[in-house]
Amino acid sequence: MKTVEEIKAAIEAAVPGAGVTVVLNPSPSAQHSLRLEPAHALAVAAFLRDDPELAFDYLSNVTGVDWLDKEIAEKVKVTRQVTKTVDGPEGTKLEQVVDEIVEETRKHVEPGSLEAVYHLYSVALRHGPLVLRMRTVNRTDKVELPSLTPVWRAAELQEREVFDLYGIVFTGHPDLRRILMWDEFKDYPMRKDYVEPDDYEYEPTAHDAVLKRAQEHRSREQGSRD
Amino acid sequence: MSVAETRTERSAGWNRPPAVEPEGEGELLEVAMGPHHPSTHGVFRMDVSLDGERVVRLKPVFGYLHRNHEKIAEGVAYLASMPYTDRLDYFCSLTNNWAYALAVEKLAGQEVPARAEYIRVILAELTRIQNHASTIGFLLQEMGASGTPLMYAFREREKILDLFESLTGSRMMCNYMRFGGCRVDLSSAWIEATKKVVAGLPAFVDEFEALLTGNEILMARCQGVGVLKPDLAVNAGISGPMLRASGVNYDLRKVDHYGIYDRFQFRVPLGDHGDIYDRYMVRVLEMRESIGILNQALQDIPLGPIMDAKAKLRGFRPKPGEAYGRIEAPKGELGFYLISDGGPNPYRYRVRPPSLINLTVLEDMCLGHNVADVVLIFGSVDIVLGEVDR
Repeated sequence: MKTVEEIKAAIEAAVPGAGVTVVLNPSPSAQHSLRLEPAHALAVAAFLRDDPELAFDYLSNVTGVDWLDKEIAEKVKVTRQVTKTVDGPEGTKLEQVVDEIVEETRKHVEPGSLEAVYHLYSVALRHGPLVLRMRTVNRTDKVELPSLTPVWRAAELQEREVFDLYGIVFTGHPDLRRILMWDEFKDYPMRKDYVEPDDYEYEPTAHDAVLKRAQEHRSREQGSRD
Repeated sequence: MSVAETRTERSAGWNRPPAVEPEGEGELLEVAMGPHHPSTHGVFRMDVSLDGERVVRLKPVFGYLHRNHEKIAEGVAYLASMPYTDRLDYFCSLTNNWAYALAVEKLAGQEVPARAEYIRVILAELTRIQNHASTIGFLLQEMGASGTPLMYAFREREKILDLFESLTGSRMMCNYMRFGGCRVDLSSAWIEATKKVVAGLPAFVDEFEALLTGNEILMARCQGVGVLKPDLAVNAGISGPMLRASGVNYDLRKVDHYGIYDRFQFRVPLGDHGDIYDRYMVRVLEMRESIGILNQALQDIPLGPIMDAKAKLRGFRPKPGEAYGRIEAPKGELGFYLISDGGPNPYRYRVRPPSLINLTVLEDMCLGHNVADVVLIFGSVDIVLGEVDR
């Protein structure tokens, strides 16, 4: 199989302005991946499937990953002007402005995103895997990604599952409904900040933590009834 | 399948289920088959629209057995998920163990000693034989052959489960493989017992085939029913015996060269028509090939360690990165996708379930057939709900 860099060059030659970036994988598996721009993803996917030298006709695995907002603390050296009192001649005090280098920690938040990951293989040429990734703009309101189901039918149920458990909305999917959770369910359970309901185990059990939560839940419920 | 074939221009929507128009007048009958229908192998529902007896629409409904296996696995250490993988496809716990161990070994860059690889092959092929025998038994059960073929299959499965029990301590929930090897070593007595069981298997397959392969009812109900075209099978990510019954030569044991499958002589059975009969036949032939692999593996198994000496069981923290590992499980391509952030738990743990993905084309195969055939087509896919819903 071609290396990811070669595949990237082939994509950029075929789909102008595709904006593909290589994401290196430091683990021993060395399965590097390509990050696609959502706007060009469908064209790139069709190219990967139909190009005779690549022929990625088999989409094996589709899944989601949740990347939370990351707070990054950086130590920066800043020069500040400080006024100092210095002993002058004959016992007088003089005020002097001195440059001083101070270390400051600055924090900035790298916005989180939801990511869809696709693993491609070629049945015709027996190579693979090629890993494709797409990221949403954020985790809250801009969670659309283009569906690759028109190119590979294998994505149909798996993209539904990612929608169900992560909340990525795949535009162009023929039948985007919840698949494992029930239709009335509100939250997205595979997200990292998902909070389990406190009445999970309503009956008292031998586990203290669960028992405590159940009692709290019951007392709250009784309180609201009174 | 040639490359040229995959390139041919196709009309948009060629890989969608075709629209079937009801004939004549009258209303369509909506039937919810399941979740308690005896043919659904557990809790699974098909919402079917019927025009008389003919299926014009079919929507599978999943999730009755959903327990969010992936979320649970992300909250515990890597090894703690190993017993839980047994519960995915509870007919084939050993191949589930292997797929997970393979993915972690890729992630952490671990080697597996030769003896452990042989043990894995032996256990995986025994699993394949008992899975295929039971699948055919269940298929015949649904065809109306009440009891007999299933009991013949279970008689043989029982012998294989006894071997699993004496080796791992459990008949179905084996929890046997570890990252970089296996949990306990085989005894020579176990190998002798296994050789005895394997020596009896060809006679069992012959007996099974004498009963079934030329059976008139089986041929009438299965041939030309539930046809799956090879180009759609590849596009829809179908794997395992179902893909090969459609004539696509893609067996991960040959393609990925994982484990030590390169050392064994075996052939990959392929179907011509992609109907239920071909799926039955491919499974029978795969059992015969598995018996061949078992004979070679039991002959050649070397002595030596069964665990990688450098493997760390406690405090196991793979370096940051990700890996996707897949094996040819009896039901199809079983894959595990793991992302490590350097911690003791996987940041992302994903199971690629062959049972779920093989159901993608269930509607395509059933449209236009009678409702009684839906049961057979569904049975020929070979699923386990523990893996579909996870």
